[in-house]
Amino acid sequence: MTFGLGSLSWEQRRKLTGLLFVLPTVLFVTVFFIIPLAMTVFMSFHDWPLIGEQSWIGTTNYTELANDRQFLKSLDFTFRYTLFVTPPIFILGFILASLVRHQIRFIGIYRTIFFLPVVIGLGVSSLIWVWMLDQRVGIFNKMLLDLDLIAKPQLFLAKPATAMNVIILSVVWKTVGFTMILLLAGLQSIPDELYESADVDGAGYFRKLFYITLPLMRRTIALALILSVIGSVLAFDQFYIITRGGPRNSTISIVYWIFNNSFTYWKMGYGSAMSIVLLGILVALSSIQYYVLRERV
Amino acid sequence: MTSLHLRNRPAEAGALTQQQRRRIRQRALLLLKYFVLTGLALLFLFPIAWSFLNSLKTPAESLAVPPTYLPTAIVFDNYAQLEAFGNYGIIGHVENSTIVALLTVVGSLVLSTLGGYGFARFNFPGKNLLFIMVLSTMMIPFQSILIPLFVMLVRFELNDTLIGLALVYITFQLPFGIFLMRNSFLAVPKEIEEAALLDGCSSLSLLYRMMLRLVLPGIVTVAIFAFINSWNEFLAALIFMSDQDKFTLPVFLTLVRSGIYGTVDWGALQAGVIVAIFPCLLVFLLLQRYYINGLIGGAVNN
Repeated sequence: MTFGLGSLSWEQRRKLTGLLFVLPTVLFVTVFFIIPLAMTVFMSFHDWPLIGEQSWIGTTNYTELANDRQFLKSLDFTFRYTLFVTPPIFILGFILASLVRHQIRFIGIYRTIFFLPVVIGLGVSSLIWVWMLDQRVGIFNKMLLDLDLIAKPQLFLAKPATAMNVIILSVVWKTVGFTMILLLAGLQSIPDELYESADVDGAGYFRKLFYITLPLMRRTIALALILSVIGSVLAFDQFYIITRGGPRNSTISIVYWIFNNSFTYWKMGYGSAMSIVLLGILVALSSIQYYVLRERV
Repeated sequence: MTSLHLRNRPAEAGALTQQQRRRIRQRALLLLKYFVLTGLALLFLFPIAWSFLNSLKTPAESLAVPPTYLPTAIVFDNYAQLEAFGNYGIIGHVENSTIVALLTVVGSLVLSTLGGYGFARFNFPGKNLLFIMVLSTMMIPFQSILIPLFVMLVRFELNDTLIGLALVYITFQLPFGIFLMRNSFLAVPKEIEEAALLDGCSSLSLLYRMMLRLVLPGIVTVAIFAFINSWNEFLAALIFMSDQDKFTLPVFLTLVRSGIYGTVDWGALQAGVIVAIFPCLLVFLLLQRYYINGLIGGAVNN
């Protein structure tokens, strides 16, 4: 009460206290987010090796990107992966959400089981899958052989197409529970009376789906799709662990190529330029999310 | 009269059988639903269960080609095998992961509680701007700022340190934590605080003595997310740690997977996988209500 603060009014002291409460957070976000973000832009105009001098090279990194065949291949691969992995996650997620929607006996246990893989790390789950897919000790080959579906052990990861498919399988298993929970929340927010009156009118399952469920869940569906798209564009762990980018560099995602350039070849300026491109893509996607979710509030 | 009577009877009988038929159909559908649910549940549990069963095989059986379906004997040798990897074995890496996760939990709790309270209950110049700044980092993927973060950590000699990794993880948790804690504090009636403030209670002791208990669900949620996310995070841990001794569990396990002298010890790898997923499953199963609510709240409202 005596020094410094005492001379301030109650009002002013409240202001100062509030500022002090948020200060640590603001400091953390500034030091570990805002400054690095600005630095990414700065570094992208430099030749920035791990050891030795950094030098300003203007837009060279960016022009080089346009001629980097692997970068273009990675962009293409990441988009194709996103395109292929999103529908199965969404459709299975929707089916699961519909199945666990009503409060029937034991339903909580089923919900928990479908959600369980979400809390396992993607890196660790990838280690389970790479082992299950192995041509020698893997369970998939063993079962397919025992069922006479294949004549000899398959190298699932040796062909780009099958590698993509098995990765999609593993990611669907790992992430579909998240989509299920989001869609479940959306489904449960639709009033039961709507379905009851539709029943009275004699509407079938698909009529109700297309005229009640889907229109009323637009926001939730958009959210689930966009979150799943964003996650897929940022994919890294599964390719680093399961395919190691192979076969013949066919499964190197954008983040993987940034990782290789920055932390294997130590071309950190070049990696930063790629990060800026990635950031642009993500901000565009987030803006779509913002726009879609804003629209119908 | 008779004609009416006659006309009514078949209709009545029809309604009864229709009702019965409908009930039977509903029963059958429910049974079918449970059948499908159980089939799917088994498929979903399979990778985890299969990994667990294999971690209990003998090391020799784990390497059998073709593999056996069920363990012929249940032993814990694969877990013991994990001690052969790295300089400290798996215990050292469980320790690393635990330290990083605990630092992240404590750090994000302290910062989100203080910050959430500040944003919820105080008015100061620039408040909205700062709040938007913190939340907008949610739109920017951390994957795109890893290079400068690495350069910074090297500069401050924090690379290869658990605390450096934890500092980065805390920052990644902050937007969600602040958002959630601010909402939690906003849900507490203002009158409770005003009475205490009039009694001469300081802001900090008010927060500590009264408010924390009222926002406990929010605190639990932030803690679970901080724990599970930092325990599982792979890419940043892979980049910031070049000293093998400092590897967190997921990165350590890729070391196990690359094998010793070219042969992969699959049994040990599955034992390691079980060690790595056990704490997450436990935390989730015990506190899933908080986790799911946080997930839906965080995803839908931002």
